Amino acid sequence: MTLERHKYDVLVIGAGGAGLRAAVEARESGLRVAIICKSLFGKAHTVMAEGGAAASMGNVNDNDNWMVHFRDTMRGGKFLNHFRMAELHAKESPDRIWELEVWGALFDRTKEGKISQRNFGGHEYPRLAHVGDRTGLELIRTMQQKIVQLQQKDGRETGDMESGIKVFAELTITDILKENGKISGAYGYWRESGEEVLFEAPAVVIATGGVGKTFKITSNSWEGTGDGHALALKAGANLVDMEFLQFHPTGMVWPPSVRGILVTESVRGEGGVLTNTNGERFMFKYIPDVFKDKYADNEAEADRWYEDQDNNRRPPELLPRDEVARAINSEVKAGRGTEHGGVFLDVSKRLPAEVIKKRLPSMWHQFYELAGVDITKEPMEVGPTCHYVMGGVEVEPDTAAAVGVPGLFAAGEVAGGMHGSNRLGGNSLSDLLVFGRRAGMGAVEYVKKNTATPVSDAAIKAAAEKIQAPFDRQGGENSYSLHAELQEVTHNLVGIIRTGSELKEAIAKIAEIRKRSANVAVAGGRKFNPGFHLAFDLDNMLLVAESTAKSADAREESRGGHTRDDFPGMNNKWRQVNHISSFDGEKVNVRAQSLPPMPKELFDLFDVHELEKYMTPEEVAKGGSN
Amino acid sequence: MARSIKLRIWRGDSTDGGLKDVVVEANEGEVVLDVIHRVQATQMGDLAVRWNCKAGKCGSCSMEINGKPRLACMTQVASFGEEETITVTPLRAFPIIKDLVTDVSFNYKKAMEIPAYEPPAELAPGEARMEQIDVERSQEFRKCIECFLCQDVCHVVRDHEENKKSFAGPRFLMRMAELDFHPLDQRKTRKQEAQEQHGLGFCNITKCCTEVCPEHIKITDNALIPMKERVADVKYDPVRWLGSKIRKREGL
Ligand SMILES: Cc1cc2nc3c(=O)[nH]c(=O)nc-3n(C[C@H](O)[C@H](O)[C@H](O)COP(=O)(O)OP(=O)(O)OC[C@H]3O[C@@H](n4cnc5c(N)ncnc54)[C@H](O)[C@@H]3O)c2cc1C
Ligand code: SF4
Ligand code: SF4
Ligand code: FES
Repeated sequence: MTLERHKYDVLVIGAGGAGLRAAVEARESGLRVAIICKSLFGKAHTVMAEGGAAASMGNVNDNDNWMVHFRDTMRGGKFLNHFRMAELHAKESPDRIWELEVWGALFDRTKEGKISQRNFGGHEYPRLAHVGDRTGLELIRTMQQKIVQLQQKDGRETGDMESGIKVFAELTITDILKENGKISGAYGYWRESGEEVLFEAPAVVIATGGVGKTFKITSNSWEGTGDGHALALKAGANLVDMEFLQFHPTGMVWPPSVRGILVTESVRGEGGVLTNTNGERFMFKYIPDVFKDKYADNEAEADRWYEDQDNNRRPPELLPRDEVARAINSEVKAGRGTEHGGVFLDVSKRLPAEVIKKRLPSMWHQFYELAGVDITKEPMEVGPTCHYVMGGVEVEPDTAAAVGVPGLFAAGEVAGGMHGSNRLGGNSLSDLLVFGRRAGMGAVEYVKKNTATPVSDAAIKAAAEKIQAPFDRQGGENSYSLHAELQEVTHNLVGIIRTGSELKEAIAKIAEIRKRSANVAVAGGRKFNPGFHLAFDLDNMLLVAESTAKSADAREESRGGHTRDDFPGMNNKWRQVNHISSFDGEKVNVRAQSLPPMPKELFDLFDVHELEKYMTPEEVAKGGSN
Repeated sequence: MARSIKLRIWRGDSTDGGLKDVVVEANEGEVVLDVIHRVQATQMGDLAVRWNCKAGKCGSCSMEINGKPRLACMTQVASFGEEETITVTPLRAFPIIKDLVTDVSFNYKKAMEIPAYEPPAELAPGEARMEQIDVERSQEFRKCIECFLCQDVCHVVRDHEENKKSFAGPRFLMRMAELDFHPLDQRKTRKQEAQEQHGLGFCNITKCCTEVCPEHIKITDNALIPMKERVADVKYDPVRWLGSKIRKREGL
């Protein structure tokens, strides 16, 4: 049989917010673009995002501007963020949101008819543009429809709607190909038929999203298997700071089949309160020193804040996610959790039933249909769930180019650096738009200067053999059970609270599972065979887990989405360190690299006393890098 | 408490297939998708089924459960009797690929045929002003998760392959209504296009689409019937047609 082949200027792997925004950018610059995704078009993870997209438009509180957003983002990430990414993100988000409106998005409105913005953890002002609690759906549908618009334009000009931009849905990429050190294309298989496909292109944008499925309890769908992280590693790119995973404080805990499914932070943004089984509103006990001046330490003030934000401090339920997740974890450990291992989250006492149904419609629906709980009358039971990976491909901030691999770009959740050690809610959707566009621009610039390199027969042969291999093995390991074993290891040993000995144990166990996974056999044929699909996803998850466990073992402090029982507290020396993972063909190696220092103009946006909490005296004395 | 349930699953592909009986454990609170996954992990490793969010948000897990088009992730096992066999089959209106997975490309083709949103040329980003009340009508339709259950149930195409060419189906007729109700959309010919090119006239308002919509969108009452009324207006009343144009401008 002849191999299916395609040639494009830019391949975008991933049809979530980041991939679609990159594709639009590249197409609008006149390049031919392929969008490739594992699910049907429009089903990527982004569709599940609920709360909103952060952008300092200042529609609700006009004190807001990019500098405030930048500060909040750096604080949220405990200053481990790449300053330049955080800066670009804060400056460009408003334009990216307005642009969506020009493409037909219908956000909720303020009284003046502007885009409404809601409060969220870690954001000083109401900042999240939203549509009820289905913002991700609006984002993805708007861009999907924008792509249709571009296709209709191409159709009018060439007679073929798919001549300039084409979506290859339900196709999994298994290899990113290089010739002479430069990107030459990608290889994969149709999920439907199992047949193989070669894409030749000088530029590849990875926008494959997250890694949640490496963990047992997660808000992520089956797609979150860290494919892009692993593909990038294997193509010679680096991952930065893979120890930082965000455990969202509020996932569903009951019934067991829904464990992990997200309960949006908007519930707290709209006034939801966390209590333990003693009825105590426990978050007041968990306000860390660095945040004492921003968060109310008593109920009266916290409640007043909903009416008057200028004269009261915020309720501690709205602390950054890492703080809230650890607090819930501690309450449950101390025996003050529910019988299902969660705590209570209640919005029914704050808002009338019809307002809850209007502002949080899909939450109401989700609890009513899946847990039999009416959130307008009773509290929800919630607990932490693995939600987001801060670590990811090391990129040049301005172009989203992957460091070390010419022609490779990465944007969205798969890229690292932007969020430091902890992401603020709402900063992902805006990140997708800002850096999706920049990755598109980066690819366009690159393609202008570099011609395509043909893929060699040797590369095709190697990629094809890899896909066939699990079918040729007899009686080997089962991918479902290996996946379950891996999830057990990460959950127990690389979870919210970590210690050195357990991490070392995890590293050994992951290596052992990886050895066995080389022997995975697949039953059945190639046609839409989930067992076969999982065999490839598993390989990716194992590399991601190895990178996370090794980075976590190396970082001897606690910061953001990385908490060490044996090294509690932040250490300002560690703030200057990024962990860089690379792959040598056998194993993941992790090394320390120094974090790029902030230039003076950004340094000066902060109160020096605040920086003293995060930086060493020498750094503070220096006052910025220039 | 775990208990055993009887599941009957359609297995096969476009050439051949049939119902297979299995017995599988079900735990408290589980949905049909959970037990299908358990069958997949323990008995039929190559059983094909689509899903993503497992929370009724992505519209991937559409199938027919005891003959009714539904989302498998939002259908509680406990909603069936203890002794009842639950039968799961692929969507009937679309060609089968394998097991519970069908070829839904019909819907993506239709999506590409609906003329895109046309914003006012002079409106700069950030300058749009719209009242909440004016965006709400279209927002209701934008809740659509593209599960295509309405497309599957509508009798115009359910057993009439020949109608597919000239009928966009409730989801995409609703998309046309959404754009027509969009306060800023400038295209004035959507009603006629819905009627003349996308088969609005086929719809005889049986409301079956509304009944299966997991997002509880009132497709028939709020999108299709008003579109039909607008078509009638445009057709027979030139003065009101002009009026509708002017009203739309005021929405700016
Ligand atoms: C339940 C939930 C709620 C959230 N709510 C919010 C929120 O309110 N605000 C916010 O800012 N963030 C939120 N987030 C986070 C945010 O949604 C994600 O971080 C973001 O959507 C990721 O987008 P992405 O474009 O990077 O990738 P995704 O949307 O995850 O898309 C990845 C794409 O890559 C494709 N892909 C992956 N691997 C391959 C492969 N091997 N071959 C081909 N294609 C591949 C997939 O098919 C998919 O199309 C939420 C996340 C979840 C899970
Ligand atoms: S109301 Fe119209 S579109 Fe809906 S199912 Fe009936 S005929 Fe089809
Ligand atoms: S309108 Fe309802 S039933 Fe139809 S595709 Fe959308 S969500 Fe599904
Ligand atoms: S899996 Fe997303 S709707 Fe069922």
